[in-house]
Amino acid sequence: MTAMTAAGGGPIARFRGTLADRNGQFRIVLVLIFVTILYGATYNDLRQGALRGLFEALPLPSVNVLIVMFYYAILALGLNIVVGFAGLLDLGYVAFYVFGAYTTAFLASPLHDIHIPWWFVVIAAVGVAALAGVLLGAPTLRLRGDYLAIVTLGFGEIMPVLARNLDDLDLSFIGGPEHFNLTGGNIGVNPIDPPILPIPGPWGDSLVFSNGNPVASLYLILGILLLVFVVCVRLRDSRLGRAWMAIREDETAAASMGIDTVSTKLLAFGLGASFSGFTGAFFGAYSTAIFPESFNFAVSISILIMIILGGMGSLRGVVLGAFMIRYVNDSLLPYLGRFVDDPIQSFGAVMPEIPILKERVEAFTLTSYNYLLYGLILVVMMIKRPEGLLPVAARKAELHGEGVAAEATFGTSVEVAEAATEFEAKAGHLKIHETSADDAPGTDDAPGTGGRA
Amino acid sequence: MALLELRDVHTFYGNIHALKGVSLSVEQGEIVTLIGSNGAGKSTTLKTISGLLRPRMGEIWFDGQRIDGLRPDQVVARKITQAPEGRRVFPRMTVLENLEMGAFQRRDKDLNADYERVFSLFPRLRERRTQAGGTLSGGEQQMLAIARALMARPTLLLLDEPSMGLAPILVEQIFDIVKGINAQGTTVLLVEQNALMALGLASRGYILQTGEIVLTDVSARLADNPEVKKAYLGG
Repeated sequence: MTAMTAAGGGPIARFRGTLADRNGQFRIVLVLIFVTILYGATYNDLRQGALRGLFEALPLPSVNVLIVMFYYAILALGLNIVVGFAGLLDLGYVAFYVFGAYTTAFLASPLHDIHIPWWFVVIAAVGVAALAGVLLGAPTLRLRGDYLAIVTLGFGEIMPVLARNLDDLDLSFIGGPEHFNLTGGNIGVNPIDPPILPIPGPWGDSLVFSNGNPVASLYLILGILLLVFVVCVRLRDSRLGRAWMAIREDETAAASMGIDTVSTKLLAFGLGASFSGFTGAFFGAYSTAIFPESFNFAVSISILIMIILGGMGSLRGVVLGAFMIRYVNDSLLPYLGRFVDDPIQSFGAVMPEIPILKERVEAFTLTSYNYLLYGLILVVMMIKRPEGLLPVAARKAELHGEGVAAEATFGTSVEVAEAATEFEAKAGHLKIHETSADDAPGTDDAPGTGGRA
Repeated sequence: MALLELRDVHTFYGNIHALKGVSLSVEQGEIVTLIGSNGAGKSTTLKTISGLLRPRMGEIWFDGQRIDGLRPDQVVARKITQAPEGRRVFPRMTVLENLEMGAFQRRDKDLNADYERVFSLFPRLRERRTQAGGTLSGGEQQMLAIARALMARPTLLLLDEPSMGLAPILVEQIFDIVKGINAQGTTVLLVEQNALMALGLASRGYILQTGEIVLTDVSARLADNPEVKKAYLGG
């Protein structure tokens, strides 16, 4: 890597570094927009028209899968603020997702017979989730490391349990009904009003962003993902972003620099939670139904895995991680399952009588082994590439013992950008390449990133 | 009135009574040293001043205002900064970024004059400016810790054992630089185990023993005191 040693480390070099970084990100964004729009526009042809055979022969993600990939990328970017930027290990991130989704359910469904347009509901959902983040953070953020992880884990477990059980409240003590159904209980909330824009067109009188009209929803979530990404870039480069990184590196030293550590950490929690709340609002409205089971512990963990896979603190990495995990889970595994499920099940039918194992083999479906795969990914990543696929420079240097670490900060990020660009194309499946990010200089994002996980 | 004054300050770690009524004062423009052996409470005193620890009793006055009970960031806002014990540079940030963190509370973002100032004090840092803090040598890290503390343009600089773990020649260099910083107008409170060096630099000194000030005098007389000689100056 040709670090700009000659240019030195003055403000100018720093500016050039940022610029190179920006260009790289800008290119990825353009490619992502282009591929997504193209894919959305040709989607119906792919599904029903001339290209139908191609669609069936290849593990292309459906538009629904793309939408899931996109909103998980938003979730991962949000958790990345907490874990990647500020270094606070949050194992209960799903809790804020619950807040977003149920706020939407309360304000836009027949459950309480309130039907506020989604565009306003989403603001409330973000606000409620951010408030929940601050309320949880206020008493707990004086805890460090493991203790914080345990508290957040507990919180993440409590929220879906509450959602499941707050369906029969006795409110008579305040003059309310004796059986008040707040959350819909086990059966969840169904239907939830989708986002609607009253614009007439070929789609009818108004444009509905639900799973009945996936292409429109895809464009909506793409726009939001881009917005969130830009917000993250700006946050990372801001004074606040610097403060988070200082806290992650050494909280005591950060305090000595004059950083108000408590409110800075609270902001990380609140902002991360607001992203989650937003995604909850989208998820509820898009799928038009929510159930308590949608918010289990595995969701928190899978988002964390996305961050670890992509590279903690690295914005492109985190998006890549989210895309990969959701793509593998929702497209690739079902696709491969088409080939392997039947043979394995038939083998199970003829195999010798071994208790438990035989039943399992007889009922084998590849998709139900997704968590086994996540586990494998984690183990392999920790051994082979603990800094993630698209790491930030300083973390890569640290984990691979390169001497002059941060010189790379001022290098160009073109190669990384290209590696990532290839993946974006891959995600959209215009070209299928084996991407090796191995040689890419880790010049992504701010220096000194990495977590205290 | 003294720039900094501690009046009967008591600080606890849980039930451990670490500072048992420390009183000391630092005048504007002085270098004052606080000498003591391991566990005497030197660092505890600095941490109490900077807000990392809260005193259970007593008062701390700075520039005519009480500052005990303030948060560390509020103390920094009053222009007291420190080069903490063990240096604590940000290991994955570059030298420049470390310095930038030191100026975190400054609203004027024109740091060029300040970079120039610390680089002229510590030319080694200029050479290392794009290098990660964690890859610097011990002496360079100490320089960075002091330079970083200067970026806030402090009125009072707290130095916690700048000589720790450094070769004697480096210690001499760093003490010379501290002298220079003081000459430029920054008041310094220096905590040291290296009593000989510290008394050579400071105008006055306090001897701290198990959480109590047992002796205070001008440096020359402290250095001549037989008790001090025996306990801290090796005969």
